[in-house]
Amino acid sequence: MSKQPAIIVDNVSMKFNLSKEKVDSLKDYIIKSIKKEIKYNEFWALQNVSFTVEKGDRVGILGLNGAGKSTLLKVIAGVFKPTEGTVTKHGKMVPLLELGAGFDPQYTGKENIYLYGAMLGYTKEFIDEKYDEIVKFSELKDFIDVPIKNYSSGMKSRLGFSIATVVSPKILILDEVLSVGDAKFRKKSEKKVLSMFDSGVTVLFVSHSLAQVQRICNKAMILEKGKLIAYGDIDTISEQYEKMTN
Amino acid sequence: MKKYVDNFMQYRFLLSELVKKGIKLKYRRSYLGIVWSMLEPLLTMIVLTIVFGTLYGNTDRTFPVYILTGRLLYSFFSQSTKAALKSIRQNSAMIKKVYVPKYLYPLSSVLFNYVIFLISLIVLAVVSVILGVKPTIYLIQAPVALILILIMSYGFGMILATIGVFFRDMEYLWSVALMLIMYTCAIFYYPTKLLKSGWAWILKYNPLYCVIDIFRCSVFGEVMNIHYFEYALGFSVLMMAIGLFCFKKKQDDFILYI
Repeated sequence: MSKQPAIIVDNVSMKFNLSKEKVDSLKDYIIKSIKKEIKYNEFWALQNVSFTVEKGDRVGILGLNGAGKSTLLKVIAGVFKPTEGTVTKHGKMVPLLELGAGFDPQYTGKENIYLYGAMLGYTKEFIDEKYDEIVKFSELKDFIDVPIKNYSSGMKSRLGFSIATVVSPKILILDEVLSVGDAKFRKKSEKKVLSMFDSGVTVLFVSHSLAQVQRICNKAMILEKGKLIAYGDIDTISEQYEKMTN
Repeated sequence: MKKYVDNFMQYRFLLSELVKKGIKLKYRRSYLGIVWSMLEPLLTMIVLTIVFGTLYGNTDRTFPVYILTGRLLYSFFSQSTKAALKSIRQNSAMIKKVYVPKYLYPLSSVLFNYVIFLISLIVLAVVSVILGVKPTIYLIQAPVALILILIMSYGFGMILATIGVFFRDMEYLWSVALMLIMYTCAIFYYPTKLLKSGWAWILKYNPLYCVIDIFRCSVFGEVMNIHYFEYALGFSVLMMAIGLFCFKKKQDDFILYI
């Protein structure tokens, strides 16, 4: 396997200002800034995180709640701009974060396929071509012409998953999405993701289930309070993580 | 520069999808659908003509055309800036999940209103013909006004979108401002009296009035006032520059406030 970097995360830090009271009106802002009452609690969700993921690596990200796992994924996906540091990516990336969040409730399933596809950077021709495949995989059948607001949450995530995985990305970002829909669909979606692995995709995977991480990943890292405390081989890391959680 | 063009080309399809979405959802579930984009200005024109024409004793046959020209441009400006102001917050679910250049949201809000506005110009053409306002060679000035108002609205839209993220109050402040703009644009009264008084500056330095006047000149077959053109052009470009600058500077902070 070639050892080219797919993702380089260089010294990334992410700061949030947690204001004690939310100031979101002009009146509040003016009054409070005159009284000098605006206070911020600085909160570093990530601190000096650096690592390199090589092409074809499947990296599990472990950590307790609030360790910064999702923030890290969002920084890599480009949704958050890091306060410090840089992220370099090589190759097309598909983020599977909270599936179906970009859907418009008034739009039908069909219209949402085009809208969501466009957001993920697909071209019109590509969606035209893959449309049937998406509908088939999502198992929505006649519901495809019904507005999304009438969908169940399982139907929404199924559609989201089907749209996002219709491409063969170079980098795949998974945030606990392998728990989509009912048992049957879950099996199907896991199979789909596993088939992508065979084509040499680079994966970042967040999960609370160590067993799932061990099954899928060949490498892992542990985050604690925004710091990267360990990164390496899956066996060594899972041993360390088990010790940590016990 | 090339980087920006490439980036834009890459997201062209998304932009067209967002514009389509705006148009589709605006009239969805109404029986007349897109017809409303023509019916609505027509009905307001009738109301305004009755109030400011008939009741005020104005018997000019072409007065409805006069009202319609002003009213169409004003309502595009007000609708598009309002939509742009809300665009970032309305699309917060998307912004939080997928990376997309954020300028697309206010841009698509302005553009979908522009498409609706262009459709509604059909009403103006029909009413003009019925009331005997014949097209002249001066109609070639019309695109000037149509382009100016687009630049101006986008400039304002970007500024408002940026402010709107941080201060929700802006929505209410802006609707008050829009009302003031409406009354100072000479939409349903003739500007002659005001222009002769000491208050002429209210119109002369109102960029939207300048654009409306250019548009009216092209419809009624007159040469446009070149000073109005220069002023409106300078103002629009300046607004656009300020808008782009503010937006670019602040866009990475949006996510922390929505």
